[in-house]
Amino acid sequence: MKKTLILTITLLFAVFAFSQEKKEKQYKLPEVNIKTPDGQTFNTMNISNNGKPVIISFWATWCTNCVKELNSISEVYGDWQKETGVKLVAVSIDDARNSSKVMPFVNGRNWDYEVYLDVNKDFYRAMHVGNVPFTILLNGKGEIVWQHTSYEEGGEVQLFDLVKKLAAGQDIN
Amino acid sequence: MKKFTRYFYLMFLFILPEFIFAQDIISSGQVHGDFQLDAQNYQPDKDLGITDSTINGKKLGMNAYMNLIYTNGNFTAGVRFESYMKPLNGFDNRYEGSGFPYRFLNYKKDELDITVGNFYEQFGNGLIFRTYQEWNLGYDNSLDGVRVKYNPFKGVSIKGIIGTQRYYWDKYTTNSRGIVRGVDAEFNLNDMVKGGDACKTKVILGGSVVSKYQKDDPSFKYKLPENVSAFAGRLNISRGKVSLMSEYAYKINDPTAVNNYIYRDGQALLVSASYSKKGLGITLTGKRIDNMSFKSSRTELTQPLDINFLPPISKQYSYTLSSMYPYVSQPNGEMGMEGTVEYFIKKGTFLGGKNGTNISLNYTKVNAIDKQKINDTTDVNERGTKGYKSDFFTLGKNRYYEDFSVEIAHNFGKKFKAVVSYMSLAYNIQVLQGHDTTDMVYANIGIADLTYKFNTKNSLRLELQYLTKLNANLKNISHFPFLEMQVENPKQDYGNWTMATLEYDIAPKWFFAVSDQFNTNISEEKKESGGKELNYYNLAAGYNLKTTRISLSYGRSREGLLCVGGVCRDVPASNGFTLSISSSF
Repeated sequence: MKKTLILTITLLFAVFAFSQEKKEKQYKLPEVNIKTPDGQTFNTMNISNNGKPVIISFWATWCTNCVKELNSISEVYGDWQKETGVKLVAVSIDDARNSSKVMPFVNGRNWDYEVYLDVNKDFYRAMHVGNVPFTILLNGKGEIVWQHTSYEEGGEVQLFDLVKKLAAGQDIN
Repeated sequence: MKKFTRYFYLMFLFILPEFIFAQDIISSGQVHGDFQLDAQNYQPDKDLGITDSTINGKKLGMNAYMNLIYTNGNFTAGVRFESYMKPLNGFDNRYEGSGFPYRFLNYKKDELDITVGNFYEQFGNGLIFRTYQEWNLGYDNSLDGVRVKYNPFKGVSIKGIIGTQRYYWDKYTTNSRGIVRGVDAEFNLNDMVKGGDACKTKVILGGSVVSKYQKDDPSFKYKLPENVSAFAGRLNISRGKVSLMSEYAYKINDPTAVNNYIYRDGQALLVSASYSKKGLGITLTGKRIDNMSFKSSRTELTQPLDINFLPPISKQYSYTLSSMYPYVSQPNGEMGMEGTVEYFIKKGTFLGGKNGTNISLNYTKVNAIDKQKINDTTDVNERGTKGYKSDFFTLGKNRYYEDFSVEIAHNFGKKFKAVVSYMSLAYNIQVLQGHDTTDMVYANIGIADLTYKFNTKNSLRLELQYLTKLNANLKNISHFPFLEMQVENPKQDYGNWTMATLEYDIAPKWFFAVSDQFNTNISEEKKESGGKELNYYNLAAGYNLKTTRISLSYGRSREGLLCVGGVCRDVPASNGFTLSISSSF
């Protein structure tokens, strides 16, 4: 009898411990120093958008699919912002070969994004990016709620569907 | 026995809460990681010169890794497992095997950041120090040791590093390679000076010292410096639309296999000025490199053990044929400039159309540096001497690289998008790729990348590329190769190339692609060494789900950068199946 009791308690504990494991944890951006285009140090913890969703896009000037994706979004970015208040943060992984060309590149395409330079891929490594383009979605609390690798033509439509849900306070997972 | 069981349960009861308590600490921690696997099967292909004997039993190559990083509060720990069974063709065979070449512990609190183990770091533009990793190229020069970063005052950041570099799987043993140590300090004047934030002109100053220690080699005739120091200073100024970036580096004499053991000091200068505002961006970059190879082993001639990074300044092209002749930095000496103009034609104008049009222009020219004999009896770059004299401002006669390109991107309404480009280049294949020829490669390249969207999910992409060779004679040095039209020897390297790719995308998950490229007018010397005029067909399909991507392809690959369906990769010549899986969590 005693044994059964002990067993039951043990089991209960185990279940409790297990259930704790299962609880989904939301995580936030790690603390990594990257640079603004004019060379100022910027901590990635400070990426925020006043409670509105944020799209973080890892890209490079030499990556044709990244440029296509950012061009496609650029055409509708004004509408996206009006509708949801979303902000796109474009993190360039161009190294010293291209880092001084990034801002002229962005301006020459009329992009309205917030741009940062991750010249030695410190943020890229911390976010486990692997290959560009790579897209991360943050909800209004700054929690990472969705990540996606590569870009296929039209992929921005699905991305905006998710942004709209986030802006409406819905869970996208 | 019964008694034992009871004690066991009691013990369990005691231990469990401890676990749950410990879980509080553990549950505030996070584990994340990423994984990639690339496997390729190698099939014989007579036309590519691949036979059962050249395959030599290696029917499969596979490279894979997984990174795991654990973070908890101020503490971070990470490992990377790598496996090469056997290494994919084009990767160094010394990678064969499995293990943990990368592991670190990091503690960060307030203004202090300490890392022990392996780390990647860069001082300034990397002219005297940069460690980094490019998985797809098999490049990893990480330092294994200690790094401390500290910000003593607002606007001041200091980094110190010490360690030894990765050399395939070889553990560091006494004197097996050099020890690298260095310090970097950066001063953000606007943050340091009171009221500097309000100043529109932003000034950042930086300086670094890096030194390597490697024991003298008694088997060598001359005395070799055991401690080689390098110094660099940088200045960035920006004000509104204008910015200037500059860095100068100096290295004391460092006789190595790369510079043929000359006792000459090295130097590097990189200057870049840019002007940019909405719709327009202009960049001008200048570079001069003189004897600046900096490796932690004197005898290493190839990729590993680079301490510094000398950025190439030419445009980084990404289409298959435009990236066929990429520029490679020449650490023993090069001098060049690059100019880029990016322009956006506004929406609603005749040329801008409904969505606007982007035009990119680029021009690059890189030559050798001027090298003169130090005296009448010594040859230029003679081993064991001071090497040569060089006038800082004189451009060397030997042209290494010159290109001009224009790219136009325009979306015609919502259905049809086009990116078209033209490029003309002169390429010193003898210097840049070590080919046994004095002929330059002159190529004109035209590319059209056309996408048609059926709806928001389905699209078809057609990519057409053409590369044709022009006049080849080193003596005919023109400043603008694209203007030089007389054809003396049109048969250069692998000749002219034509390529077509058809890709069907179902966003955001699927892509299917079929492509072919073929060459004509192959050069006599390539023919003699077994080169052929061939078709390189390829079939590919891929699937993405969130952070996971799986792709499979079959066909011939020419050596070069392959970009299909979202990702680019460096591929060596082969025939067979290729499978790639990547994911992060």
